Amino acid sequence: MALTRRQRARTVRGLQYGVLVVVLVVLALVADWETISDRLLNPQIAAEQFPEIIQVALVNTVIYTALGFSFALVLGLLLALMKLSSVAPYRWLANLYIEFFRGVPALLVFIAFGFGLPLAFGVRFGIYMTVMISLGLVGAAYIAETLRAGIQAVPKGQMEAARSLGMSSGRAMISIVIPQAFRIILPPLTNELIALTKDSSLIYLLGLATSEYELTKFGRTAMSDTANLTPLVLAGLCYLIITIPLGFLVRRLESRSAKAR
Amino acid sequence: MTAVTSAISELTPAPVEGEPLVEIRGLRKSFGTHEVLKGIDLVVHPGEVVCIIGPSGSGKSTLLRCVNLLEQPTAGTIRIGAMEVTDPDVDIDLVRRHVGMVFQQFNLFPHLSVLRNCTIAQDKVLGRKGADAERIARSTLARVNLDDKLDAFPAQLSGGQQQRVAIARALSMDPDLMLFDEPTSALDPELVGDVLTVMRRLADEGMTMLVVTHEMAFAREVAHRVVFMDDGMIVEQGPPEQVISAPTEERTREFLRRVLDPTHVEPGESEPY
Ligand SMILES: Nc1ncnc2c1ncn2[C@@H]1O[C@H](COP(=O)(O)OP(=O)(O)OP(=O)(O)O)[C@@H](O)[C@H]1O
Ligand SMILES: [Mg+2]
Repeated sequence: MALTRRQRARTVRGLQYGVLVVVLVVLALVADWETISDRLLNPQIAAEQFPEIIQVALVNTVIYTALGFSFALVLGLLLALMKLSSVAPYRWLANLYIEFFRGVPALLVFIAFGFGLPLAFGVRFGIYMTVMISLGLVGAAYIAETLRAGIQAVPKGQMEAARSLGMSSGRAMISIVIPQAFRIILPPLTNELIALTKDSSLIYLLGLATSEYELTKFGRTAMSDTANLTPLVLAGLCYLIITIPLGFLVRRLESRSAKAR
Repeated sequence: MTAVTSAISELTPAPVEGEPLVEIRGLRKSFGTHEVLKGIDLVVHPGEVVCIIGPSGSGKSTLLRCVNLLEQPTAGTIRIGAMEVTDPDVDIDLVRRHVGMVFQQFNLFPHLSVLRNCTIAQDKVLGRKGADAERIARSTLARVNLDDKLDAFPAQLSGGQQQRVAIARALSMDPDLMLFDEPTSALDPELVGDVLTVMRRLADEGMTMLVVTHEMAFAREVAHRVVFMDDGMIVEQGPPEQVISAPTEERTREFLRRVLDPTHVEPGESEPY
């Protein structure tokens, strides 16, 4: 049976649609839709989660992320400048740091700061401090690399023009190069913010007071209380409220900088 | 316009009396094993306009960049006014404060407005703040005919306008000496004139200028002295009437033949039919 290329493509596509239809039909017949929707998105349980899920959990997620991101930004900038330093040991230290924190799971860092340091040294950080340090240390490793690339992407003539006007290299870096580097790296930096938003969920394993709950911890606790998945689904949707607009922003920024070329 | 300014600069004698503003002695510069400047001696007097011409790769940019220490000279001395530029203990930023530089690629700060481009160094380097810096920036922008573009960003300007902002930016620091490295080479032909007009006016106002250029008409009209460089050395220098119109060195003649007559075909390169 000799089929032309186009006929064969059409047959394959038809087959794929067929499989899809069969699966959907079987699911519709076999699944107990009433139970599923009751356990997954129960309107009554969903209503009970408000307003705490927004006023406490979502707000805390944003606060934790903002703290971690700020710290990561400062430390990341320092590491990026160390990587570009003419003093070799600074470069080694920065590389060591970056390799280490990109290589270990973020969860491990959270455990170290949440449980490890209090146990081993008796130092105890507040929850905000713990989140800021743990999230910041991990984020800084990624941000440092992005920033370094951004700084190097600023044309050499910018530094030369600034120096020609009598600026010191530090001043030229701060006033001329770094602001331009930030524009270049705004899209990857926003991606990093998205990643940190999700990573902020890792503090759920530390002991938190109810008022300190963030989305994951909130969803997990309410899930146990209600024996229903609805709170967790809602928590997931709340993450999307943050991450989808940010992702949209990244694509806008990327297309804008693509046009500027 | 051209005829008038040309007449002015012909009437203005080259200011040669007194102490030179710039004194370069035995300047050498190597990149690795590649020696780019092979012993340059050059003096520039206050108010003098010196044009440097020469083939690509002859070291013109490197010479200019040594003067404000964007390149570190390998040997020799450079003095600007009372500053020993090549002294290892010299305050590089202080030297550069007195020397303005204009680049082929403009190098405006793209994230800052035209006005801010002209105030940021006043602010951060001279500590000249707010209204004072702004007043000076406005007046230098007026000197380059761009006082109507204060709030524009570099990307919104034509190349010629950008280059004039770059000139204003350098002038805002009240330099004693201006360095121009092929300021019109990156411009569309129709935009070259505006930039040269501004430079001509600057020369007439008595600014000391060291200009690398391929604009022979400009050099002929505006320069007090033309320096021809080849292969890291100064081959010939003198008033434009001499160096451009009646060069004594064969290498200069050869170069000018190529520059002034782009259709000129080298003897060995002519087609066999
Ligand atoms: N940073 C550098 N590292 C290595 N070599 C360099 C560097 N800068 C310049 N050179 C070399 O020095 C030589 C002179 O360069 P320079 O830019 O001074 O020439 P130029 O006369 O300005 O030429 P053009 O007319 O093309 O601008 C060239 O061979 C160039 O390759
Ligand atoms: Mg050059």
